[in-house]
Amino acid sequence: MYVELKNINKAFGDVHASRNVGFGIARGVLAALLGPSGSGKTTILRMIAGLERPDSGDIFIDGARVNDVAPGRRGIGFVFQNYALFRYMTVFDNIAFGLTVQKEPAAAVRRKVLELLSLVGMEGMEKRYPAQLSGGQKQRVAFARALAPNPKLLLLDEPFAAIDAKVRKELRAWLRDMIHRLGVTGIFVTHDQDDAVETADEIIVTNNGRIEQKGSPQMLYKAPATPFVTSFIGSSAPLENYRRLKGFENGSGAATGAVRPEFIKIYKEVDGITYENSVEEAVVEDTAFRGTYWEVSLKIKNMTLPARYSLEKAPIAAGDKVKALVYRLYAFDGDNVTLLENRNLDTHNGANRYSI
Amino acid sequence: MRKEVWIPRLLIAVSVLFIGVMLVLPLVVVLAEAFSSGLDAFLRAVTDPYTLKALRLTLTATVAAVLINTLFGLTAAWAVTRFSFRGKGILSTLIDIPFAVSPVIAGLVFILIFGRISPLHPFLDAHDIKVVFAEPGIILATVFVTFPFVARELIPTLEARGTDEEQAAALMGAGFVTIFRRVTFPHIRWALLYSVILCAARAMGEFGAVSVVSGHLRGKTNTLSLHVEILYSEYQFTAAFAVSAILAAGAVLMLTARNIVEYLAHKEDDFNVR
Repeated sequence: MYVELKNINKAFGDVHASRNVGFGIARGVLAALLGPSGSGKTTILRMIAGLERPDSGDIFIDGARVNDVAPGRRGIGFVFQNYALFRYMTVFDNIAFGLTVQKEPAAAVRRKVLELLSLVGMEGMEKRYPAQLSGGQKQRVAFARALAPNPKLLLLDEPFAAIDAKVRKELRAWLRDMIHRLGVTGIFVTHDQDDAVETADEIIVTNNGRIEQKGSPQMLYKAPATPFVTSFIGSSAPLENYRRLKGFENGSGAATGAVRPEFIKIYKEVDGITYENSVEEAVVEDTAFRGTYWEVSLKIKNMTLPARYSLEKAPIAAGDKVKALVYRLYAFDGDNVTLLENRNLDTHNGANRYSI
Repeated sequence: MRKEVWIPRLLIAVSVLFIGVMLVLPLVVVLAEAFSSGLDAFLRAVTDPYTLKALRLTLTATVAAVLINTLFGLTAAWAVTRFSFRGKGILSTLIDIPFAVSPVIAGLVFILIFGRISPLHPFLDAHDIKVVFAEPGIILATVFVTFPFVARELIPTLEARGTDEEQAAALMGAGFVTIFRRVTFPHIRWALLYSVILCAARAMGEFGAVSVVSGHLRGKTNTLSLHVEILYSEYQFTAAFAVSAILAAGAVLMLTARNIVEYLAHKEDDFNVR
């Protein structure tokens, strides 16, 4: 593991920002710290950078314990949420700052700065001041400035928060590509699951000062470890008692869970239904156009469940009676989550025809 | 005519009249009186050795107050805005004491600390250190009265700028001196210059605190403002107003400088805060 945190605790007065936080990130990986605001993700980032001190626990970078190493000596590049560009310096001087502090010769500084400017696609902008740049350009300069002293670890605090939606998508791909091309390890903080899912190799979900789960975006989506992750990643609706649904009647004890819209299939016509003994009678409560599909709100046995409906099929409207097949859901047991397949479908050759 | 037209006109007229009578008229009177006995009398009063000594002492006290208060004002502003520590709120409030306390009381305090009744007095006397009724006392009193100017101006400026840029610089390995010189100072230079000008203007004209610790030794511990008072009480009106004219000219100079600094700072802000 290139970066490793062990049993980190940190409190600000009565607020426990970190409770027994521990995780590791391998070299060359771009990881996201994802969680709602106040979940402690920025504190973790700032502790790795050395801008905050943990109350207890150890932080390792490249095998060395860095708790007592000054921020400037940890070999870290840091991109601040509002970029924190030096307002009174040109783009050139901003990027050159870390190199001049290390007393690099002027010619080498100049070569490196121009190289970084072309890397981030900002050639010819070196004489501008931060106030003359757009949000996306500022981010690129902040990125170049953080990379100038050749850090092995790049930390980014909400790198996309101040960017408008259109440029954001572009920057996500750009950041991911850049980190992998340079071979550095990267950790960024975000509260936006799309940022994390589209950009990161690995996601660490934080909640209430704790790490809920760490894994690839696909893994978090398919196998959430806790009810919190289930609701935070992807979209889902809570179920108070899933045993009332056909195919999930077995078992005892609490029957709370959650279901994703992708786990429910809607049939308008009766024919073409393979598993008639499992389909539920449903009433369409509401539909909303989402560009590439319909978002549908279904009433099944007094429960309101979300579903999606293809634009290619015969249209449905509020009040329509339809058939719905719930073929998968998440069952909660305390803090644990299990994926339940519809029992009536399992028997069919043992194969699951409804993969996500 | 409609009421809305009258309100602005009335307010403008009242303001102009008030400022004219209360602020401009005295200045005009000072200059008129200073030259009332002719240019020769004015020059004689201004070049009088006691006046020149007073001018020198005023300038010494002003420069000392500006230097000391810039240094400690910066330190206090930095401490209050950049670190969190116990008693920070109290320290921040204490900075304003000189604004709240009458300068005369400040002068008396220095007499108590360094004068004859002070427990320090035997020690000071044995080492032949004179504080009150001497130049150090004048400087101390001036420093006390003008302390808040620099700190009060810098605290909001430093607060508004935040610590992000400084943290970014520290993360790149920059030391305190580099961070201050290249990152913090450009942010506060106009505010600092502005506060230095206000501090100097106030130091030049200080009367109350200085009056108490001075002892009014002509040619020794008299500042310009004290000198004016002495001349006036001796019925040397022309000389009193001539010396006053020096102070008035200094004030006008400071105001002009302040306006230039304000203008330049605004111009730069318009550019950088977009």
